[in-house]
Amino acid sequence: MALVLNEEQSMLRDSARGFISDKAPVAHFRKLRDDKDATGFSRDHWKTFADMGFAGLLVPEDHGGSGLGCVEAGIIMEEIGRTLMPSPFLSTAVLAASALNRGGSAGQKAEYLPKIAEGRLIAALAIDEGAKHRPLHTALKAARAGNGFKLSGNKAFVVDGHVADRLIVAARSAGAPGEREGLTLFWVDAKTKGIAIERTAMLDAHNAARITFDNVEIDADSVLGELDQGGALLDAVLNIGRGAVSAELVGVSEEVFGRTVSYLKERKQFGKLIGEFQALQHRAAHLYVEIELARAAVMKALQKLDENVETAAPAVAVAKAKAGTTATLAVQEGVQMHGGMGMTDQFDIGFFMKRARVCQELFGDSNFHADQLARLKQY
Amino acid sequence: MSDLETFRSETRAWLEANCPPEMRKPVAGDEDVFWGGRNTKFASEPQRVWFERMRDKGWTVPDWPTEYGGGGLDGAQHKVLREEMARISARPPLSSFGIWMLGPALLKYGTEAQKKEYLPQIAAGKIRWCQGYSEPNAGSDLASIQTRAESDGDHYVINGQKIWTSYANYADWIFCLVRTDPQAKKHDGISFILFDMASTGVTTKPILLISGKSPFCETFFDNVRVPKSHVVGTVNRGWDVAKYLLQHERAMISDLGGRGASRPLGQVAADSVGQDQQGRLDDPMLRGQIATFDVDEAAMACAAERAVDLAKAGQGHPAFSSAMKYYGTELNKRRYEILMSAGGVDALEWESARSQDGARARAWLRTKANSIEGGTSEVMLGIVAKRILDLPGA
Repeated sequence: MALVLNEEQSMLRDSARGFISDKAPVAHFRKLRDDKDATGFSRDHWKTFADMGFAGLLVPEDHGGSGLGCVEAGIIMEEIGRTLMPSPFLSTAVLAASALNRGGSAGQKAEYLPKIAEGRLIAALAIDEGAKHRPLHTALKAARAGNGFKLSGNKAFVVDGHVADRLIVAARSAGAPGEREGLTLFWVDAKTKGIAIERTAMLDAHNAARITFDNVEIDADSVLGELDQGGALLDAVLNIGRGAVSAELVGVSEEVFGRTVSYLKERKQFGKLIGEFQALQHRAAHLYVEIELARAAVMKALQKLDENVETAAPAVAVAKAKAGTTATLAVQEGVQMHGGMGMTDQFDIGFFMKRARVCQELFGDSNFHADQLARLKQY
Repeated sequence: MSDLETFRSETRAWLEANCPPEMRKPVAGDEDVFWGGRNTKFASEPQRVWFERMRDKGWTVPDWPTEYGGGGLDGAQHKVLREEMARISARPPLSSFGIWMLGPALLKYGTEAQKKEYLPQIAAGKIRWCQGYSEPNAGSDLASIQTRAESDGDHYVINGQKIWTSYANYADWIFCLVRTDPQAKKHDGISFILFDMASTGVTTKPILLISGKSPFCETFFDNVRVPKSHVVGTVNRGWDVAKYLLQHERAMISDLGGRGASRPLGQVAADSVGQDQQGRLDDPMLRGQIATFDVDEAAMACAAERAVDLAKAGQGHPAFSSAMKYYGTELNKRRYEILMSAGGVDALEWESARSQDGARARAWLRTKANSIEGGTSEVMLGIVAKRILDLPGA
């Protein structure tokens, strides 16, 4: 498959870009932040996303969605990255839709997928527990209790956790932390007794939450996929999420780079445009090449995910690692080349730096994924 | 099955049947590369068989038109062939500056007579070409070349000196930049001309490099007479041809690491530093370096693939090969720094049979030229800044 967007994909990008740049420019995000908005995103915009077919992008057509793939989800994520538009697209349209579609029972799919596609249900993936992303170290306990389970433990960095109607909870139903066996995903009503959700204000002013599970009683049919064998489903969902976040990082990088190159062509010092200085030209050119590599690696990963999620892991590791380091470089060069203005809150460039830092951590940073690649290549 | 899928299955079957097992191993040294030429010898029987079978299919130059000895494949088919060759680690049947550099320039700028004369010979590996570009005082500032070509009836008389002429001592013919109008501005008085290295007045002198090898020569021209019909493109517009050819040269150099063709670094390193009980390299810092390298190398392969796809879709940028040249060569230098670090003391041996005459050390030193030859990394970044980013005054 060619590593370029086809005609339909280009049209999707144009329509996403048209809506997002018009209705959700960076100023939209800034206002939500300044207002300390309780939801953290615009429900009106999410409704429009549903009307445009974006909320149900990964939902099969027979469940009311568009039945598209990861390449298309990446297109939306990249546009979101360009304006930092807060949206439950990642948590709900990408992660929850993928988890339900891949692991859900016929009943779960029939009940919840159409609601996601219609924009009527927000769901969040609760995976991380410690400071770093270590899915195999999941310790939140799922103990057998009567006909169902009792969940006990803590989750952190749950994207859209405080607004979620439903939670996908990665839990340990058997085995010990560090083991792949014994993981189970549960599909849980966020209002179930014993669940305490604390919205955590993060530096990027996007949604995240810490969630405590205190003997939360759930039914046996809350299991998503197979009991104790949730590792494969979790890998698939996480890898799709990683591909999507990588695409957002490409959007962040491109936007920062575009703004920075423009600034190099406007700003004068020593009687010259600063873009005339070779010291900056070479750094800008280097960054350009890095972004091209990241873009190509992310596109490759998204295509591989659409071909076969199980064999896409190496490409996803490359994409997330590369997109992370590239965005980290892009935002640093962006701030540096904007000089003092880059340090001001009034200037948007710092928002991108903050968002890139969060996206680096989300579902494994560049070191995590370089290590993953080394493991996959057996060294 | 689509036409392309049919092509893939037929190609796979043909390669399985026709690529000798010996030609499916990574290239280990110079003798594993077949360069063609008038005085050529095959290093082995499988090398000959593989070359001749591919030549007969036109697959030494798969995407050239069949009338010039090519395979006539379209972009999608060519990509399939590359993928299928990579799948079985098939070596290139023929390596040649004629294929990588001169051929594309002739296809764009050559007369029909020149195409008919030279392209089939390149495809069949009959003539080995070298490149007469750099001069002692024209390196990064290539357009300041001083080698003169003076008109004398139907001929030019060429005098001057070239340097860094790769394999000039083995080459049959040269494609050469000469100054045909010394009065014009430096970019406007250059012509691109072809001539036989056996011509009277051509001498070559190998240059000993830090690797202890001499892949480059000094090349001297003393009243070399060349028919005017050997000019490619318009007289005094040779800079256009030169730049176009450089795009192809840079794309070629960007691939020097032979992505995927050599043994994975992690395995090579495991040979010398060992592995722990979990199968991880017993040198965590080196392991981290290799993993970071592997990420960048894989991303580079994606970018190179995308560049071809973009060009095919008419969305490519002509200067993008400079971006790839920059990154690919820096990456190859990193690869060899890691290889030297992984090899430790063993990689320092220079003459032993154990070290194959210091093969790794010499290859490491050779890579330092990658970011100089064909335009330095700094020149490449300048081109990206100016032509792609449109930065001022670059």
